[in-house]
Formats: sequence, C-alpha cells, structure tokens
Amino acid sequence: MGRYVARRLLQMIPVFIGTTLLIFLMVYALPGDPVRGLFGDKAGSPQVIAALRHQYGLDQPILVQYWHYMRDMILHADFGTQIASGRPVTDVLGDAFPVTLRLASLAFVIEVVVGIGLGIMAGMRAGRLTDNVVLLISLLLISVPVFVLGFILKVVFAFQLNWLPPNVNDSTNYNELLMPAIVLAAASLAYVTRLTRTSVAENLRADYIRTAIAKGLPKRRVVGVHLMRNSLIPVITYLGTDIGALMGGAVVTEGLFNIQGIGLTIYQSIVRREGTTLVGLVTILVLIYLVANLLVDLLYAVLDPRIRYA
Amino acid sequence: MPDVTKTDVKTGAQDPVGGAPAVAALEAKPEKARSLWGDAWADLRRSWIFIVSSVLIFILLLITFFPGWFTSAEPILGDLSKHYLQKPKLGDIGSADWLGYDQQGRSVYARVIYGTRASIAVGFGTTLLVTLLGSLVGMIAGYFGGVVDSVLSRLTDVFFGIPFLLGTMVVLNSFPDRTTWIVIGALGLFGWTQISRVMRGAVITTKQADYVQAAKALGAGTPRIMFRHILPNTLAPVIVVATISLGVYIAAEATLSFLGLGLSGVSWGNDISDGGNQIRVAQWIMLYPSIMLSITVLAFIMLGEAVRNALDPKMR
Repeated sequence: MGRYVARRLLQMIPVFIGTTLLIFLMVYALPGDPVRGLFGDKAGSPQVIAALRHQYGLDQPILVQYWHYMRDMILHADFGTQIASGRPVTDVLGDAFPVTLRLASLAFVIEVVVGIGLGIMAGMRAGRLTDNVVLLISLLLISVPVFVLGFILKVVFAFQLNWLPPNVNDSTNYNELLMPAIVLAAASLAYVTRLTRTSVAENLRADYIRTAIAKGLPKRRVVGVHLMRNSLIPVITYLGTDIGALMGGAVVTEGLFNIQGIGLTIYQSIVRREGTTLVGLVTILVLIYLVANLLVDLLYAVLDPRIRYA
Repeated sequence: MPDVTKTDVKTGAQDPVGGAPAVAALEAKPEKARSLWGDAWADLRRSWIFIVSSVLIFILLLITFFPGWFTSAEPILGDLSKHYLQKPKLGDIGSADWLGYDQQGRSVYARVIYGTRASIAVGFGTTLLVTLLGSLVGMIAGYFGGVVDSVLSRLTDVFFGIPFLLGTMVVLNSFPDRTTWIVIGALGLFGWTQISRVMRGAVITTKQADYVQAAKALGAGTPRIMFRHILPNTLAPVIVVATISLGVYIAAEATLSFLGLGLSGVSWGNDISDGGNQIRVAQWIMLYPSIMLSITVLAFIMLGEAVRNALDPKMR
C-alpha cells in the first residue's frame, strides 16, 4: 500500500510539471500582453512598460520565467502577483477558493443524493416505465447545455415565480447558491444516474444476490448492503474524477450567476492574459484532480477486497 | 467537457475481447457468420433511439447544406422598424417573422437556420480531428509499448489534466478572428486524449491475439499488422466514443461562443449569449437557438447511445 502510494505520487510529478509548463507556454507564447492591457486604450510610455515588464519578470526567456515561478511556488508557496490588481495570487485564491468550494460541495451533494437515488430506482425496475422515464430525464439533462439550463431556471424560478434570487450576492447563503448548484450538478447528475442504473441492473442478476435472497435476508439488507457495495464502485470512480470537473467546470455557472469564485477569476485572467494568476489557479485545479484520482483508487481497496495494492 | 464520456470508455474498451472472433471470421469468409458490424447494424435498425436520432440528424444536415430551402430571409439583414417585433402565429410557420425579431430587427428564424452550419461544422470537424489524432497516438503507444508508451501516456495525462474548457479558452483568446478551423483546432488540441486512451487499451488487448502473432510469424510488416490486423478490432470502442463526442463538441462550441470565445459570425452560441443579456425584455431571442442547440446535442447523444448499445456485447 505504502509503495503503491509512493509510486503514484512519483508518477504525478511529470504530469504536474508538464501541465503547468503547457499552460505557461500557452499563455506566454500566444499573442497578447498583460502589461499593455494595464494601459487600456492609451499607448503608455515605453520606459514605464519596460520597467513594469522587468518588475514582473516578463522580460526574461519563458523557461527562466517558468523556473522562477515553480521555485517560488514550491519553496515559498508564492504564486506571483496578479498584475491587474497588484495583489498576491495567494490572496486572490484565498478569496475565490472558499466560494467555489461551497458551490461545488453543494452541487456534489445534489449529484450524489439525486443521481444515485434515481439510478437505484431505475436499475431496480430495469426495462419498465420508471426506467424509461429516468432514461429520458437523464438524456435531457445531458443534452441541454449548462448555460441554457441556467437561463431557463433563471427565467422560471427568479423572474416568473420569484422564488429564488437571480444572482448570488452573498456566497455564504446556501439559499442563493441552490440554483447555481443545481445547474452545475445537472450534467454530472445524469451520468451518475446512468452509471448507477447500469451497475445495479447488472449486479441484480449476479449469483451472490440470488444467494442472499435465497438465504432469506430481508430485501433492505440485500439491496442496501450486498447490492450497493458492488454497484457503487464504478460510480465512485466517476464521482472522484468529477470533483475536479466541478471545480474547473464552474466557469460558465459562476459567470451566469455572478459568483466570485475560481471559475470567474480564471475567466477574467484568461481574457486579461494574466499568466501568473492563471497558472496558479490551474495548478491548484490540477492538484485537486490528481489527488482526487489517487484517493479514489485507494478507496477501491476498501470497497472491493479483491483489489490489493502491493 | 469530454470528461463526460469517460465512463463510456470503460465499457467500450472491453469490446474487442468479445468482438475479436467475429471480425476475424469476417476477414476470412464474409458470407458465413454475421460479423460484429452485421450484428450491430441489425440491432440499430430495430432501435427507436437510432431511428429518431438519424431522422433528426438528417434534417440538421439538410439545413446545414441548404439553408436556403428553409428560409428566404437573410440572417444578417437588420430592419430596425422590426426591432423586438414578435408575432407568433401558427399559420406563419417557416416565414421570416415566425419566431420574431431581435434587437437589430433581424429574423430570429433565419438566424436559427443559418446558425446550424457553425455547430455542425465544428462538431464533425473536431470529432474527425480528435479521432485521427487520438487513434494515431493511442495506436503507437499501445503497439510499441515500453518507453514510447510511457512518454506518450504521460503526454496524454498532461493534456488530460488541463481542464478542457480552460485550455481551449486560453488558446482561443489569442485569436481575435476565430474561424471554424481555429475553433476545431483548439477543441481538438485538448480533446484527443480520450480516444487515445481508449485506442491504447484496445490495441494492447488485441496485440496479444493469436491471429496477430500468426501474421507476425508470417512476416507481415509493422504497418500491415497495425492497420490490417489490429485496427479493425479496435474500431468499435473508438466509434462509440467518437459518436458521443459529436454532441459534446457541439455543446462545447456553443459554450465557448456563450463566453465570447467561440466562432465569429452567426452561431447559436452567439445568439444565446446576446439573448441572455436581453432576457427580461425578449426571451424568444434566446429561447429558439437554445431549443435548436439542445435538440441537436440530444440527437447526437442519442445516436451515440444507440451505437454503444449495438456495439457493446455486454449490453445485449
């Protein structure tokens, strides 16, 4: 187990370096200049521009910049400075991260509860009306793009019915976060439902379930313990990879509902071509993704005793 | 965004095991046992999901190639006297003012019709690019193994690790005038990893099959083994993932347009984005492109669903 974790952590290093380098190269190799962006429509004096470029280290070769950036990040947890505001990126992150975390957690809870619930319902009645209705709902949820769903919910629940506020003013208020969280969760929810359904329907035919029923165990125990433990393994894999997607995929949802989280910050730094902020944020997202994947693989061993990591 | 098809990869990757003997039989004597493809086709013809989605896609293709058949109105011609004019009358189906006019007095119906081309072109173009690139990388990694595999797999991990939408946004933000090719390129740059992983898995399984060893023993060259012997058995899972990703890329293009980073010109995403800003005065501007977009994505996802059911032996 320990050796397996160590090997996985070692394998993460090249991926981590590659991902950050790729983002770094893309931001700097493609045309555009954050320093010039500071001057808006005005030209700005060449001396000031040169001085600012020097101050942010933008006058050095890309690989040197990358090296300095990674050195500062790993040794001093210094993610650089956001050029537009002059604040350290860690501060910006500190503001945005809890907001996205609250939104993503709420979406995750909705996804798990509703998704697995619907999936079990459909899987237990495979081929019947419930199953087909759930299939249709999940296809619709997958097909309607996030921003369309967001607009529909806004028009119906905020403008017509006045039940929920159309935008989020206070991101600690879970009432306000409810609608964005539903929008964020929708597509993943549909996938969780379908995965659970397939898995449950497949395992229901397995010998060990027949044995459990033949032993005279109550249905609650057969379904709740025997069936669930095996059926949820593929679902948990998906949920693990989805944590990263929920955090990164919040760009659209956060923009739609004016939530000042990571997604909106990333969007702004892309439009302003702010390499440092962008690389910092993406690095955090990549780390979350890698760690979530590792945790899921370790969780396998707990759920499925047949899997052993040497 | 293509993350969503991740789950399909798992079931898809195991196909060649079940499909191998069938395809091998096909190559030897096509008139004997029905092949995997023959079985799949027979399944598809009976599936209502397949029929509905094919009809929808056929209509969408007609609109794409012959928009003039569906409307005589111009999508970019604005008549300010028709600003926000809405006249929904059932008798007018297909006329220029059927779905109302937008802020500039342009016919929403004409814009919906002419916007189809952008979505369909990006969807098919990206899927083609991703399938070719991903298959090539996956084939090389899976076939040669060893160091080549390690390097290519880490490269795939790197591109896979970057959130799809963010990566394409960074690339597209650098281009002020975004043509269809640029959008396809940007989506393809971050989309190929999934096909590559599926392909690699399928190749590794197929590589060990007896008939491949036999071909090798008979002195077949590497390209011949790769393309004549291994490729046919790896196609099923790749086709499944590719079909589903058609819908995913169409949605991705619209999402990019919505963020202001998609195609320049007439497209559903741009209109939905514009309409979203006027949502309290004129919902219809946003509503109709949204409906068309959702139907299109639904059609391709349903097609992918039907194809997977037909090609995956476990679903039978």
